[in-house]
Amino acid sequence: MSVTTEPSAARDHAPVGKPNPLFKNLSAKLASIPMIITALVVFVGGTTWTVVYSFTNSKLLPRANFVGLDQYERLWSTRRWMVSIENLAIYGICSMILTLIIGFTLAALLDRKIRFENTFRTIFLYPFALSFIVTGLTWQWILNPDFGLQNVVRNWGWESFAFNPLNDPNTVIFGILIAGIWQGSGLIMCIMLAGLRGIDEDIWKAARVDGIGTVKTYLRIILPMMRPVIITSLVLIASGIIKLYDLVVAQTNGGPGIASEVPAKYVINYMFRAQNLGQGFAASTMMLVSVIIILIPWAYLEFGGRKRG
Amino acid sequence: MVDSALNNAAEPRGPKPKRAFSRANIFIYGTLLLVSIYYLLPLYVMIVTSLKGMPEIRLGNVFGPPLEPTFQPWIKAWAEACTGINCDGLSRGFWNSVKILIPSIVLSILIASVNGYALANWKFKGSETFFTILIIGAFIPYQTMLYPIVIMLREIKLMGSIWGLVLVHTVFGMPILTLLFRNYFTSIPEELFKAARVDGAGFWGIYFKIMLPMSLPIFVVAIILQVTGIWNDFLFGVIYTKPDTYPMTVQLNNIVNSVQGVKEYNVNMAATLLTGLVPLVIYFISGKLFVRGIAAGAVKG
Repeated sequence: MSVTTEPSAARDHAPVGKPNPLFKNLSAKLASIPMIITALVVFVGGTTWTVVYSFTNSKLLPRANFVGLDQYERLWSTRRWMVSIENLAIYGICSMILTLIIGFTLAALLDRKIRFENTFRTIFLYPFALSFIVTGLTWQWILNPDFGLQNVVRNWGWESFAFNPLNDPNTVIFGILIAGIWQGSGLIMCIMLAGLRGIDEDIWKAARVDGIGTVKTYLRIILPMMRPVIITSLVLIASGIIKLYDLVVAQTNGGPGIASEVPAKYVINYMFRAQNLGQGFAASTMMLVSVIIILIPWAYLEFGGRKRG
Repeated sequence: MVDSALNNAAEPRGPKPKRAFSRANIFIYGTLLLVSIYYLLPLYVMIVTSLKGMPEIRLGNVFGPPLEPTFQPWIKAWAEACTGINCDGLSRGFWNSVKILIPSIVLSILIASVNGYALANWKFKGSETFFTILIIGAFIPYQTMLYPIVIMLREIKLMGSIWGLVLVHTVFGMPILTLLFRNYFTSIPEELFKAARVDGAGFWGIYFKIMLPMSLPIFVVAIILQVTGIWNDFLFGVIYTKPDTYPMTVQLNNIVNSVQGVKEYNVNMAATLLTGLVPLVIYFISGKLFVRGIAAGAVKG
């Protein structure tokens, strides 16, 4: 992300002598109207509206009948929401760690000047082109206990083999995790590989002269140098995790029972199915708060660090 | 492969590998091959399942190749599969998705490229502020904006229609596309812009006669980004359209996860593959440009 402001003095091509500054650069301003509307009305306006109405007791239709923090109290005492949060936490932590490890390892392996690099990269990245719905349905089929992986292994002769994550409330989130990592790790591999390619060849020469092994060089020298790339990857994975919705809908639809519910699904259920808008607004505001909690330290690292460095 | 071999020969770096099958190499290729199986397995399973008949599926070897390949499941998925009372298959969802996709791409890329151009070459007071809001907006969970957009679409009488969804895709595609175009136009030498100004060209003249012809590659990247993004969308489709106008992903989910009737896994997998086919084709054709698109979308956004 680069929202740095370049000095714009050189690009100020205002015709001299126009009295009203409002008409300066008029075509550009007119052309930017869709952007301005999107930014102000949809993004700022829409978000503010949702936050404000999360303090109301809106049911089927939004009503400005303010009830303080009632919706939030109800939200945090709803078991379904607690399950959603817990699932998101497990999914989030596991997927962050695993995606980073897999992404970096694959990138490092591809970086070893190997043959067929393009083929391997194509294979690792193609799931990213697919819809979460496609991913979810495919893995639902592979993890099907009667016809899928479990049954195949049993047919091979291992009769007691049990691998049925999607039908067990305790493990269902890991079944979703398998699919999520399958889809998302290729992207991180790609970003990591770009980062590795950006590292100076001299670092490798110096490490070789000092007699440091390849693995050790990656872990002790290259990895710390990749900090910006890793932070970008983390932000990317994190923003994807909070949006987690389609995959769950396709793979388990929140089941068995409510065992694989996630916050994004909670919001949509309350807004568009249960006709309890206030509850949906409160839940979505909590999602917004969690994004802010993730984004602020990152923005601080990214932009605060740049000023110092 | 030949190309990269030649490049390596042109600029030798480090010691030449002595043996092709050193222990390190066996480890590297072994790991990569194993991991490739994990990535390729679902695609393989989808293909073989979609070509089997139901009796063969009930035998229970999900990894086995089809003994009697049949295209019946594909035909059924395309033309006969049921969602609710409609039994005209995925084809309706496919054409809905096409009808959503084309105007969305044209509109979003047109608007975003002009935005990027204005931000790069015609800065005005506040333009950077709007841009910053736009980029921050890309990180806001969609859930906080879903309902206000429902109200806005109702106000302009587009709720439930394809054009409403087109507008939604245009709005949510704007941050990343604007960033993409802004960064690209900023990298075009300023002298060109200045020369055109001296020759008397204005905002639109420079855009259509100079910037547009010079930036075809970035337009291709933007198109790839949008085709895959919009085709794969589920959330907006399910909320802003109605059953008649459901895009393909929503219809697919309804077909496969419908509770009534006997589950026909081969038809389901054929339907899933059909839905995944468009982005997969784009992916395999576009190759490096796809990577460039997601890299631009990822690293910068």
